[in-house]
Amino acid sequence: MKYEATIGLETHVMQKTNSKMFCSCKYEYGAEPNTHVCPTCLGYPGALPVMNEMAIELCCKAGMLLGCEINPYSKWDRKNYFYPDMAKNYQITQADEPLCIGGQVEVEVEGEMKTFTLERIHQEENAAKNTHVAGASLVDYNRAGTALMEIVSNPCMSSAEDALAYMAYVKQIMQYGGISNCDQEKGQMRSDVNISVRPIGQKELGEKVEIKNMNSFAFIKDAIEYEIDRQTTLLESGGSVVQETRGYDPDRGETFTQRTKENAHDYRYFPEPDLMPVQVPEEQLKQWRSELPELPAQRQVRYVEQLGLPEYDAGVLTADMATSDWFEQAMQHTKNAKAVSNFIMGEMMRLLSEQNVEISESKLTPENLAEIIELIDAKIISTGAGKQVFEMIFNEGGEPKIIVEEKGMAQVSDDSALEGWADEAIASNPQPVEEYKAGNPASINFLMGQVMKASRGKANPGAVMQMLKQKLDA
Amino acid sequence: MSKTHEGMDVGYVAKLACIDLTEEETTLFQGQLNQVLHYVEQLDELDVSNVESTAHAIPVFNVFRKDVVGTSLNHADVMANAPSSVNGEVRVPKIIDQ
Repeated sequence: MKYEATIGLETHVMQKTNSKMFCSCKYEYGAEPNTHVCPTCLGYPGALPVMNEMAIELCCKAGMLLGCEINPYSKWDRKNYFYPDMAKNYQITQADEPLCIGGQVEVEVEGEMKTFTLERIHQEENAAKNTHVAGASLVDYNRAGTALMEIVSNPCMSSAEDALAYMAYVKQIMQYGGISNCDQEKGQMRSDVNISVRPIGQKELGEKVEIKNMNSFAFIKDAIEYEIDRQTTLLESGGSVVQETRGYDPDRGETFTQRTKENAHDYRYFPEPDLMPVQVPEEQLKQWRSELPELPAQRQVRYVEQLGLPEYDAGVLTADMATSDWFEQAMQHTKNAKAVSNFIMGEMMRLLSEQNVEISESKLTPENLAEIIELIDAKIISTGAGKQVFEMIFNEGGEPKIIVEEKGMAQVSDDSALEGWADEAIASNPQPVEEYKAGNPASINFLMGQVMKASRGKANPGAVMQMLKQKLDA
Repeated sequence: MSKTHEGMDVGYVAKLACIDLTEEETTLFQGQLNQVLHYVEQLDELDVSNVESTAHAIPVFNVFRKDVVGTSLNHADVMANAPSSVNGEVRVPKIIDQ
């Protein structure tokens, strides 16, 4: 019997707000522990939460970008549990009336376009950060109460590749939309994965297992693959899958039981009496819709149709927003889109990955690149020299024109200089000259190489070729 | 507001609330809570079929604040309320998932 997996994701995304969801404490990653806390986020008696307007805006915009309907009426609920990461003993979240409903995204998975649907996006508050040490747990409440969205997909995926492509897409959209930085190392994007396996052809879904709280794409991929394999093996050997919550141990590359259905949490949700519901006015929604940014797919089309770039280039350039923005800045100073694209995809990406830095940290500015391209197009320097200038500025900073001048990198197109080198090459290499004249045009390349060598790379190759042909064909 | 006390299990609720009850207390509170629930159940006699359900009694919406950072508590004052602390973090008995 053949089996198939069904996968759904609950993706937590921390929004880019200045202050927390329900109080005015600052959100700052890496601050001294327990320095951004107040009576509200510490759950002191009598402290009252007040909604952060910006968080609601970002959540609605996230919904718009992911094709959701904005719920005309949404409300808040308490999710009750005892765990020191929430000092109130409950988390404020949205149970039955979330801000965003439905939604769907088109994602390319290994060359094939797939549609994944969303169930909802709800707004909630983040929990504190726990660190476990011998015999005790340490709690830092700086993160407690920060704005957190949960993007819930339908069980519509069937492989680790689907899940990763979906998550990468959501991350890209959140970054483009200015909703979240989605820095996974800072815990700004984490996913719970629901997986079940059933015999192909069976209508009902298999028993579901939830793997909690993973922040790395690599772990998610490994955990899904491990879990599909585990469940399939269980079913094949006549066993059955138990509905449970599992954790993922990256060191062993395995998932392990955390909580079974029998002792599943009972959160006793009830409406949050301290917060009034949200009804975003139609006018406001219209305003937010008009502020939505151009998405990568739209940028790709524009790069191809208006700038004449190959689709491949457009895809690479728009994959990451910072790179795409950098490209656009360079395009404000030059018209040669293909040259900018070649430099970004070639020299830039090589240097970034070699030195493990972000494009925003490059000493070379978009204007610098435009100037280098201008020098190449004007045949003042060769493409090779342009790459050298690029690398020098990337490492040390500087102005292309000044560097070209100081290092004497300008090409020589001057006929009198070229003529001397060409005559010398022809005089001291009779054999290739003979071959060329005997009808072997490739032999001219050897002579060309000699001239380039004599000029120490500064001769303009086009002009050299012309000069040699002129002399040999005469 | 129906089926209130029928399925109510004081032992279970106490466990959810992390309260240890003796058997005597459980029996005592079960009886007392049943009385309270019976009392509240009188509301069931009202016909509310034409009343729309709501999470709040007053029609107030969108109580927002601007996303502006305000002052947080002084760190030393915060830690004065912690039962124990290490390096500025609140120290609690090791958390084991229940």
